[in-house]
Amino acid sequence: MRHLSGTIILGIGTLLAVLGAAFSADPLFRAHALILALTLGIATIVMARLVQVNGNKEIDKSGYMDEPIRIGVILTVFWGVIGFLGGVVIATQLAWPDFNWGPYLNFGRVRPVHTSAVVFAFGGTALLTTSFYVVQRTCRARLWGGDGLAWFVFWGYQLFIVMAATGYLLGITQGREYAEPEWYVDIWLTIVWVAYLVVFLGTLVKRKEKHIYVANWFYLAFIVTIAMLHVVNNLAVPVSFLGIKSYSLFSGVQDAMVQWWYGHNAVGFFLTAGFLGMMYYFLPKQAQRPVYSYRLSIIHFWSLIFLYIWAGPHHLHYTALPDWTQTLGMAFSIMLWMPSWGGMINGLMTLSGAWDKIRTDPIIRMMVMSLAFYGMSTFEGPVMAIKAVNSLSHYTDWTIGHVHSGALGWVGMITFGSLYFLVPRLWGRKQLYSLRLVNWHFWLATLGIVIYVSALWVAGITQGLMWKEYDSQGFLVYSFAESVAALYPYYVLRMIAGLLYLTGGLIMAWNIYKTIRGDVRNEKPMASPAAQPAE
Amino acid sequence: MSILDKHKIIEKNVSLLLVGSLVVVSIGGLVEIAPLFYFQNTIEKVEGMRPYTPLELAGRNIYIREGCYACHSQMIRPFRDEVERYGQYSLAAESMYDHPFQWGSKRTGPDIARVGGRYSNEWQVKHLTDPRSLVPESIMPKYGFLSKTKLDFENFGAHLRANQLVGVPYSAQQVENAIADVVAQATTDADISGLEERYTYDERFSVPLGDFDGNPEEITEMDAMVAYLQMLGTLVDFSTYVPEESR
Repeated sequence: MRHLSGTIILGIGTLLAVLGAAFSADPLFRAHALILALTLGIATIVMARLVQVNGNKEIDKSGYMDEPIRIGVILTVFWGVIGFLGGVVIATQLAWPDFNWGPYLNFGRVRPVHTSAVVFAFGGTALLTTSFYVVQRTCRARLWGGDGLAWFVFWGYQLFIVMAATGYLLGITQGREYAEPEWYVDIWLTIVWVAYLVVFLGTLVKRKEKHIYVANWFYLAFIVTIAMLHVVNNLAVPVSFLGIKSYSLFSGVQDAMVQWWYGHNAVGFFLTAGFLGMMYYFLPKQAQRPVYSYRLSIIHFWSLIFLYIWAGPHHLHYTALPDWTQTLGMAFSIMLWMPSWGGMINGLMTLSGAWDKIRTDPIIRMMVMSLAFYGMSTFEGPVMAIKAVNSLSHYTDWTIGHVHSGALGWVGMITFGSLYFLVPRLWGRKQLYSLRLVNWHFWLATLGIVIYVSALWVAGITQGLMWKEYDSQGFLVYSFAESVAALYPYYVLRMIAGLLYLTGGLIMAWNIYKTIRGDVRNEKPMASPAAQPAE
Repeated sequence: MSILDKHKIIEKNVSLLLVGSLVVVSIGGLVEIAPLFYFQNTIEKVEGMRPYTPLELAGRNIYIREGCYACHSQMIRPFRDEVERYGQYSLAAESMYDHPFQWGSKRTGPDIARVGGRYSNEWQVKHLTDPRSLVPESIMPKYGFLSKTKLDFENFGAHLRANQLVGVPYSAQQVENAIADVVAQATTDADISGLEERYTYDERFSVPLGDFDGNPEEITEMDAMVAYLQMLGTLVDFSTYVPEESR
């Protein structure tokens, strides 16, 4: 009777959601509860159809648990495309404000949909999926806790994404950047996250390898730290237990510090440590070379996780946060450059003796490009954390450009590379549908990033300088509105850059779909000398 | 290097790895965050600071709901150009009742920490309804729907109580009269004696009054929004404010 208990639990969940809607304290909570009921209701029906009443078909539980990983790969691609599309939409709104359709599709509500879709939906699903894959292979053990727990983590996380995103469009938000979901969605994520930690730890404990592989250190640090950050940053008192609104426990300066301690380490642990875990497994695998330096990985791991936590205050330079805290944040941000580059070097040097693969293998090319962007953005970050630089760059589009060089370059590219590695193996295909399409994806994405980042450099510095420009009489030269008008061409360029990146994502979706179907494109091989003339 | 060789021990022990990571990632946050709850310049009270009236709080909640913080900061840095453009640089005490803070991180639009009283109510309503009718270069979305949405304030006592729980010093009278205070603040020529009594701090009554949205028929979300904008940055009287020497 597999799936029966799951069906019953989902059914009860649906009922509770309906009750929540019926007794809700405000209309938005009712709408959100109905969305929840609908989602769970559909899940119940799907699950009920899977119930096998008498067919006791025993599934083989000796091997790795790969089913959630296969679905995870597909959903990562799906959320990626949705997230990139969301980015193009809000970029369009900034260039041409008539594309705001209020209230539900105004910039202020769609922007968190974009950020959460790329960070938590695309990035988070990629991390869940790859961590489940990596931890099983490197421990030579099936996921701990039975299939039910792993599935709970996987679908529970997807439910979190759906509730978060629909909430933003309805206007349900805490108003904390990258931590917008309201209290009840936060509680749900906490439950799912603790279950995730338990599955991961349990699998490590029952490993058949003596050593815990370096990728797992990073995944573990990511899971533990995100748990800590999420819980502390979202401490709040709800107005009603059947209402959407809550008030954060902290206020003013303390709240700002807690939020950016969270915010910066969402970057440091979600978008860095987790993806470094990915890099430490998939890059050596694809290059068929061992990790360059074991000792470097030890130093770089501990110093990275120690230093990152301190860097938050650089988001609050020259604000009402005390000077000593700002200076600490700046100093640690600069120190952070070292472990960041330690990771980059360890990744790049792993290719020693296999550099020729950059020419022949577009997947390696993607991974190398991702490390290159990792290196660039982790150099740019410390520079921007210097107070003097920050006085110009803060509040401008330079920051947005910086984030995207890390997000599109590092996080995006390493994920694409890992997905291209995973798909043929997970579906038992000999090769990808097309390496040439991977190459197209690579170039479209790279071009997109370069245009995006340089457009916003110019935009940000223009903005910062216009705001500070004085004439010889000692008057400010520009009104704020003039600085807005000056950015129009760069906003258009940014939108085009986003389109290129999105197109790359769509090509990946097509390539992966065809690979799963088992098709192979009839094309000239990448390595053929005719296609790649010698230099 | 013998120390690095000892790392084997951690690598073979899940508990050590878990506890070690947790300890290492906790230190920075503890050092930077904990003192902020005790140091004088982050917890001082400045004359004139008061909790939001229920109408202003409702406006603030709409500000948060619409994601205004994605484009507007409320934190003026102590630079000549910012002080000239936006006014006196922001003090820590000015956001002491802000749960959550709304300092923002991006200025796609200007800082609005001190926008209160800079423009008339009519200007604010017109600008929110159609920003480009007043500022042709603006890329702000339109918020005309706020005028058409009745403000839901029936349970505002509960909102004030939740704020009490997180440390905002609302009195029992303020909680009890939350609904009456919304009506008094948003109605032209209303009897404001109760509101005045409850929200006078340090002998100052700094609550913007009247029918904000130009529609006396009902209290809308636009009323709340404009009431909030009109009080931003106006609480502290900087003509008499003396910064402490300890800074």
